[in-house]
Amino acid sequence: MQGVSKIYDQEVLRVEHLTLTKGCIYGIIGPSGAGKSTLLRIINLLTRPDSGEVLYQGCPTPQNGPERLALQRKMSLVFQQTLLFKDSVWNNVAYGLKARGFPKAEIRERVNSLLEQVGLKKLASRGTDTLSGGEAQRVAIARAVAFEPELLLLDEPTANLDPGNIELIEEIITKLARQKKITVVMVTHNVFQARRIADQVIFINQGQIVESGATEQIFQNPQFDTTAAYISGRMVY
Amino acid sequence: MSRLYEGFLEAIRLIISFDPDLLTIVLLSLRVSLTAIIISTLIGVPLGALLGLKSEKKTRFFNKLIFTFMGMPPVVAGLIIFLILSRQGPLGVLSLLYTPTAMVIAQVFLASPIVIGLTTVGIRAKGSVVEEVARSLGAGPTLTAWTVIKESRFAILGAVITGFSRVVAEVGAVMIVGGNIEGHTRVMTTAIVLETRKGNFELAIGLGLILLMISFIVNSVLYSIQRGGENN
Ligand SMILES: Nc1ncnc2c1ncn2[C@@H]1O[C@H](COP(=O)(O)OP(=O)(O)OP(=O)(O)O)[C@@H](O)[C@H]1O
Ligand SMILES: [Mg+2]
Repeated sequence: MQGVSKIYDQEVLRVEHLTLTKGCIYGIIGPSGAGKSTLLRIINLLTRPDSGEVLYQGCPTPQNGPERLALQRKMSLVFQQTLLFKDSVWNNVAYGLKARGFPKAEIRERVNSLLEQVGLKKLASRGTDTLSGGEAQRVAIARAVAFEPELLLLDEPTANLDPGNIELIEEIITKLARQKKITVVMVTHNVFQARRIADQVIFINQGQIVESGATEQIFQNPQFDTTAAYISGRMVY
Repeated sequence: MSRLYEGFLEAIRLIISFDPDLLTIVLLSLRVSLTAIIISTLIGVPLGALLGLKSEKKTRFFNKLIFTFMGMPPVVAGLIIFLILSRQGPLGVLSLLYTPTAMVIAQVFLASPIVIGLTTVGIRAKGSVVEEVARSLGAGPTLTAWTVIKESRFAILGAVITGFSRVVAEVGAVMIVGGNIEGHTRVMTTAIVLETRKGNFELAIGLGLILLMISFIVNSVLYSIQRGGENN
């Protein structure tokens, strides 16, 4: 990604340069309003940047049509505000597979095994309006990974969850990344979580990447005062 | 008083015995209004979805126009369609005036703004979020549109039912463009007007009861849909 910027009422994001390496888990941290969600939406092709371009495996983004859709289908985004379709848990998880025209038998097999993995097998036929927050979040993640994207974008996947569910979800994410070689980009407000599971940490403040690098390096030896202040919880807004 | 009471009993008898005159009128009413609401749904749901997904700022003028049409007095709608279909009007050559088709057209004119307007409001509530979730999961344009509509199904069904209950109970427009011709364009509402004037209260009361019943059924369905939609 090069020279990408996004302007709403004012410029909210200005990324000069950012490269994501396949198979890596990235933790994006930064204060509220920093532009973290905006960055994920641009990577996922939901929002168009006002300047600059995003390169995928070195190729520029197709502006329209089937090529853009094909590229979008290699990625997946779990939104900050979970929205499940008013349908059964099973159908929610199957959605991306159906959209891609997978054969019925394969959809059945994948959805069932995934629900098993995230501990929701018993809830397969439940309507999503009756789920608890933790269950809903696990459905959202299962739905986003069912079709095995190459790049998984997660926006605060464990916000408002209890420690048990947080651990469960972190386990699911790391397991997927390791087993399937999926690149993961996770936005989190919890710096300890970033430290626990990310290989690389990216710190964003006021629309700019202040610092990025290997997780332990950032945590033990931050190069900038703002980074140090943020990760130690001393940041003044 | 006793005359009213007798009228009421006779009305019940007409209903129970499936009186042919009464049946013709009821069936025509339902046929016209159902056809009108189906057409209005086909026009209104896609258009409403489109308006609901576009930003409110860009479509404000259009939305205001639709909302004005939603409150259009039926007689005015009738007058407009009458002028269009009359012999000198732009569509006069089709000779549609005083036919059930003319009544369907008038009712579509009344119902589609309601379907469009209420669908727009229903979809605006959550449609753009649903759209993004669908796209992020790899849905193409068709599946995305279908998902948005499906997720707002309660609001859309509500819109369709509201449109139906408005046109089935409406007198002014169908009177003007249909002409209330017996066995041809006489529907429940226009028949009630006529029979009441002639003092034939039995038929009027019988039709009134049936209209009330339809209204009860339709609105009960609407009520349960909206109650169901709330906790979603
Ligand atoms: N559609 C939009 N229209 C106008 N402004 C927007 C829009 N989306 C985001 N913004 C603004 O852009 C800035 C960055 O928003 P973004 O959602 O990316 O922040 P964030 O880092 O994800 O914050 P949080 O941690 O609170 O989720 C904010 O100031 C926000 O108000
Ligand atoms: Mg955010």
